[in-house]
Amino acid sequence: MSQLVDFFIGRLSPEYIPTEPITLAAAIGLPIIALVVVGFITYTKRWKWLWQNWLTSVDAKKIGTMYMIVAVLMMLRGVSDALMMRLQTAVAVNGASGPFTSDTFQQVFTAHGTIMIFFVAMGLLFGLVNWILPLILGARDMAFPVMNSISLWLFVAGMMLINMSLVYGGFSNGGWLGYPPLTELEYNPGPGVDYWIWSLQIAGIGSLLSGINFFTTIIKQRAPGMTLWKMPIFSWSVLVTSVLIMLAFPILTVTLALLGLDRTLGMHFFTSDTGGNPMLYINLIWAWGHPEVYILVLPAFGVFSEVVATYSKKMLFGYRTMVWALVAIMFLSFIVWQHHFFTMGAGANVNAFFGIMTMVIAIPTGVKIFNWLFTMYRGRITFSAPMMWFMAFVVTFTIGGVSGVLMAVPALDFQVHNSMFLVAHFHNVIIGGVIFGFFAGITHWFPKIFGYKLHDTLGIWSAVLWQVGFIVAFIPLYILGLMGAVRRLDSYSDPTWQPLFITSAVGVLIICTGIAVLLLQLGYSFLKRKELKDTTGDPWDGRTLEWSVPSPAPHYNFAVIPTANHRDEWWYRKQHKLTKTPKSTFKDVWLPRSSGTGIIVGVLAGLAGFSIIWHLWWLLAICFISVIITVIRRTLNDDSEFQVSATELFHEVGKGR
Amino acid sequence: MKHSVARSLEKYDKAEFGFWLYLLTDIILFASLFATYMILRGNTASGESAAALFDPKYALLETVLLLTSSFTCGIAGLALRFKHKRMALGLLVTTLLLGLAFISLELNEFATLINEGQSWRTSAFLSGFFTLVGTHGLHIIIGLIWGAVMLAYIIKTGVTSDSLRKFTLFSLFWHFLDLVWIFIFTIVYLGASL
Repeated sequence: MSQLVDFFIGRLSPEYIPTEPITLAAAIGLPIIALVVVGFITYTKRWKWLWQNWLTSVDAKKIGTMYMIVAVLMMLRGVSDALMMRLQTAVAVNGASGPFTSDTFQQVFTAHGTIMIFFVAMGLLFGLVNWILPLILGARDMAFPVMNSISLWLFVAGMMLINMSLVYGGFSNGGWLGYPPLTELEYNPGPGVDYWIWSLQIAGIGSLLSGINFFTTIIKQRAPGMTLWKMPIFSWSVLVTSVLIMLAFPILTVTLALLGLDRTLGMHFFTSDTGGNPMLYINLIWAWGHPEVYILVLPAFGVFSEVVATYSKKMLFGYRTMVWALVAIMFLSFIVWQHHFFTMGAGANVNAFFGIMTMVIAIPTGVKIFNWLFTMYRGRITFSAPMMWFMAFVVTFTIGGVSGVLMAVPALDFQVHNSMFLVAHFHNVIIGGVIFGFFAGITHWFPKIFGYKLHDTLGIWSAVLWQVGFIVAFIPLYILGLMGAVRRLDSYSDPTWQPLFITSAVGVLIICTGIAVLLLQLGYSFLKRKELKDTTGDPWDGRTLEWSVPSPAPHYNFAVIPTANHRDEWWYRKQHKLTKTPKSTFKDVWLPRSSGTGIIVGVLAGLAGFSIIWHLWWLLAICFISVIITVIRRTLNDDSEFQVSATELFHEVGKGR
Repeated sequence: MKHSVARSLEKYDKAEFGFWLYLLTDIILFASLFATYMILRGNTASGESAAALFDPKYALLETVLLLTSSFTCGIAGLALRFKHKRMALGLLVTTLLLGLAFISLELNEFATLINEGQSWRTSAFLSGFFTLVGTHGLHIIIGLIWGAVMLAYIIKTGVTSDSLRKFTLFSLFWHFLDLVWIFIFTIVYLGASL
């Protein structure tokens, strides 16, 4: 009898209900928020609308918006984690206890890193690419719209799992990359690490599918006439990123699966006994992890290339060198991973090789920085919010890059390995590069998606507050790192460190005001959307094809697929007064139907993850079979599109712009 | 509303391109598993080594079955192209039966090893072995399900350009699994005695 009960409830048990006040508050708060949201939708009778217009939508622009919403919400959680950490280190000196226990603190830094990379940075990346990629290529949609929706819902499923750990079971305490043997069953028997593994595994498979989708879109769906060398640089950056995704994410899939097999089936890949090799894990995870940072930052580089050219009213300086720099970074990013663990003991020659390769990667990156500066040189620059984000980026990212080259020297790295110096370095490049880049991109393309501009002054204030907050928060960490403070520290005994830690906490608070202003900007612009309305479709005097359609972009993107003969096609047409589309060119359009496949697969994947974490094998089997049936039904469906006729389209467009 | 032929062609062109990309990612996945196996191969935790456990002749039989199934799969594609429906179906059934025989032999090998106390819990080397070969086996099982669906689809809709293109994707997958197996046969089974 008890065996039967065990079969059905797996290892679900009351002992995993959180008891600490802070986690308990989160455990009660999250379901309440969820209930309020559900209640609100039910009260306003929006379920049908939500299902038809959003949840089952395969329109890349809507999918992009949903990615963005998740990413911004997750950013709020990630930032609260950051705030908690710095509050702890501001007080926990010399035996004084901080607000958090060591175990909570470990979960907090693990959640912070995991959420910020996988659900904020990746979310903003996929959101922005979905918004813009088809438009900038002169295409109607992604190559595989339904697969795009599956990617989104796998991402959401991963996000749900990571947040569920807060409510029930607790999260991993193994750091954002979950190094074994600490994350093995022997030292971590609870469900926390399993939450981490399966949340990332599910989101990661979504990312892999996105990579395939983006690559196919760029290769197969460019506007006629747009050769690779005539593509806007943003699409080049996405092309390179999707190659990196396709080559790196399978390694993550394998690595997480192997750790999962160790934990669930008792295998010995990374255990400290029976022949396991933990360093193998660390090699594998960084063989994915290093390309991953370029997956994040290259599209941000692409955004800056568009932004700087547009707001300087100049053609991008050195287009070809920009492309070759991207490609060079793509190759180099695969041969530097060992610099994350020079201290492993691979020997002087191996360390020297990886150290030099790491320094070499600074060259193409430097080329890009100088090309942007040369684009600005003698341009007619408008200092609106996207440019302010760019300027914040140049300062922050360059400091981060230089400290990175410093750490590429193995001898020096032995000193600062796993110290606060490292923490400061990678925040320098990731906040400065990725986050500032995506904020610039969001501000720049916002009117194209929503039809109204974001309030500019508030945007500039947000950029300034972020920049100042960033310097105040992270420069002290460089100094602390050199003084010997290691990362992931929940208490310390040297009182001379405290002022620096307090300064850093103040910096985090300034960043929080920056985020508040950012949210204010979103809210205020929404209220003032009438005044900020973009009536022209081309508010910034843009250069590329997305600005040739009205704002917000119609669901079919282009009434007539444009021909692109120039790198800055729209700019060229404006210069030569070629902006009108004659009626005779209108043709029938095929568009994909909405599909529930994505959300169904997402729900099933989330349930499957949950059932592995809690050892509910019967549920796992049900999910597995249901996924197979869903996929088979989908692939056999040949009637997945609907038609909009040419006359319909012409009337919808009105004047035939 | 029915599709125009050109539109349908364009869709399959993309699908096939995307599928090649998927195969590429699968190659990276297997490459990672091969690397893992090679690194952990010697870590037998003072248990039996590869040379003592694996029988290359048994694996050769599996290889012959799988290679033949790849051959019949290819001919089935040709038969479909020339609209010989019955021949195509017959060859597809043969392919699936050969695949079924292959996976039965593999599962039998796994069962024998586990009965001898050589399970994936025994050592890192065996964890690597079961995971690498098992992942390939899992792919074969998915391929068998896919093949069965193809069979039902062709019986239902007949030889159309749609069924031909759907079959092309399936046969790409099946040949790909053959290719991966050749590496497993070489590295795991033939390499065992090296």
